[in-house]
Amino acid sequence: MSGVRVLVGTRKGAFVLTSDEKRQKWDVSQPHFAGWEMYHLKGSPADPDRIYASQSSGWFGQQIQRSDDGGKTWKPVGNKFAYDGVPGTHQWYDGTPHPWEFKRVWHLEPSLSDPDTVYAGIEDAALFRSTDGGQNWEELSGLRGHGSGPRWQPGAGGMCLHTIVLDPADPKRMFIAISAAGAFRTDDGGKTWKPINRGLRSEYIPDPNADVGHCVHRIAMHPSRPDVLFMQKHWDVMRTDDAGENWKEVSGNLPTDFGFAIDVHAHEPETIFVVPIKSDSEHFPLEGKLRVYRSRTGGNEWEALTNGLPQSNCYVNVLRDAMAVDRLDSCGVYFGTTGGQVYASANGGDSWAPIVRDLPSVLSVEVQTLS
Amino acid sequence: MIRVVLPPHLRTLARVGGEVEVQVSGPVTQRVVLDAVEARYPMLRGAIRDHDTLKRRAFVRFYACEQDLSHESPDASLPEEVAEGKEPLLIVGALAGG
Repeated sequence: MSGVRVLVGTRKGAFVLTSDEKRQKWDVSQPHFAGWEMYHLKGSPADPDRIYASQSSGWFGQQIQRSDDGGKTWKPVGNKFAYDGVPGTHQWYDGTPHPWEFKRVWHLEPSLSDPDTVYAGIEDAALFRSTDGGQNWEELSGLRGHGSGPRWQPGAGGMCLHTIVLDPADPKRMFIAISAAGAFRTDDGGKTWKPINRGLRSEYIPDPNADVGHCVHRIAMHPSRPDVLFMQKHWDVMRTDDAGENWKEVSGNLPTDFGFAIDVHAHEPETIFVVPIKSDSEHFPLEGKLRVYRSRTGGNEWEALTNGLPQSNCYVNVLRDAMAVDRLDSCGVYFGTTGGQVYASANGGDSWAPIVRDLPSVLSVEVQTLS
Repeated sequence: MIRVVLPPHLRTLARVGGEVEVQVSGPVTQRVVLDAVEARYPMLRGAIRDHDTLKRRAFVRFYACEQDLSHESPDASLPEEVAEGKEPLLIVGALAGG
């Protein structure tokens, strides 16, 4: 029987939510790693029982946990993330040089084909890879070393590498995004990288052609069209049709184009979802109404999805890694809020219901479609 | 045997209940005790001390016999009561936050 497993990372632990293909009744696990910040959990596409989790604490640092039984039991694996060589400096908030320092793992992206290979995006921004199930981590230092690294600057949330998108058609190509450096692409498996930020406009950057410095919040891809990417930037929703060589704005009629999360429908590559947030100084929805916006035209034309979502007095945020879709015939869409709710739609966003209402603040939501 | 009390989060991580005990030889210092703890519970590497510098993490404190030993040299001898197993070395998460 098919079903879904939703992996939820929160400020105070991780939760595994499971349901059958109807997605009406949910089982909510007890907290895993209670009290720890769980920035991200993600399952291997090649082996759904293999899940990686990033566990961190201001007191006790970073741990990586691995499950080989679908999230029932876990074991700590390697937690040493050592920059390659002398780390050097990036820019601090005031423009002065600041040494690269490891803080935490924001995002884990398992390989599409090998359960033992997994990528980690960390703060201060760098990309690491493990090929032994998370025991040992090696930096893909061509990213920081490609030339612009000393000019990268942290965003308000830190200088984090938060997005890793693997190209299903080309195992040597991947995309990453860093706040606030921008988006980058490799075509040779991570040895060399180039900034792909042409077309992005950021008010705080005087040079309209700046190759780095953009506060990209999230990038999403439909696996059938790996050259088409959708981006939620700090402000602006963007799209590229040539693997990032050129971006154009597709914010269209959105009521505000600030936000964090963005994702693509599992079966309709031109259907995308965002959650508009009022502004970068007020991190909550406009007018106290929690609305997902859906475009069926790859951007520009957006409709508000409100059925089942609170339409008054709602002042939560939806963070960049807190939205995901399943791949069942009727595509499920999921997102978590800083208020601890996880909402699900089993019909592509037409209607919504909370799976669970009172978790700690949600940092990430990922979905596994089980057969 | 040297007795060590871990903070609750690290007990969970190491999957231990109460105190842990480690055997060391030679002078009983913070360094040799923590080396022994990490050797027995490798998942604690990086959680108490930095992986490379072995410096105490900022929000971790060491106490024993009602003394704060956090700022002592890692190579200074621990109190005799700890060396004799009469008192534990306490590893504590510092009070922080609001």
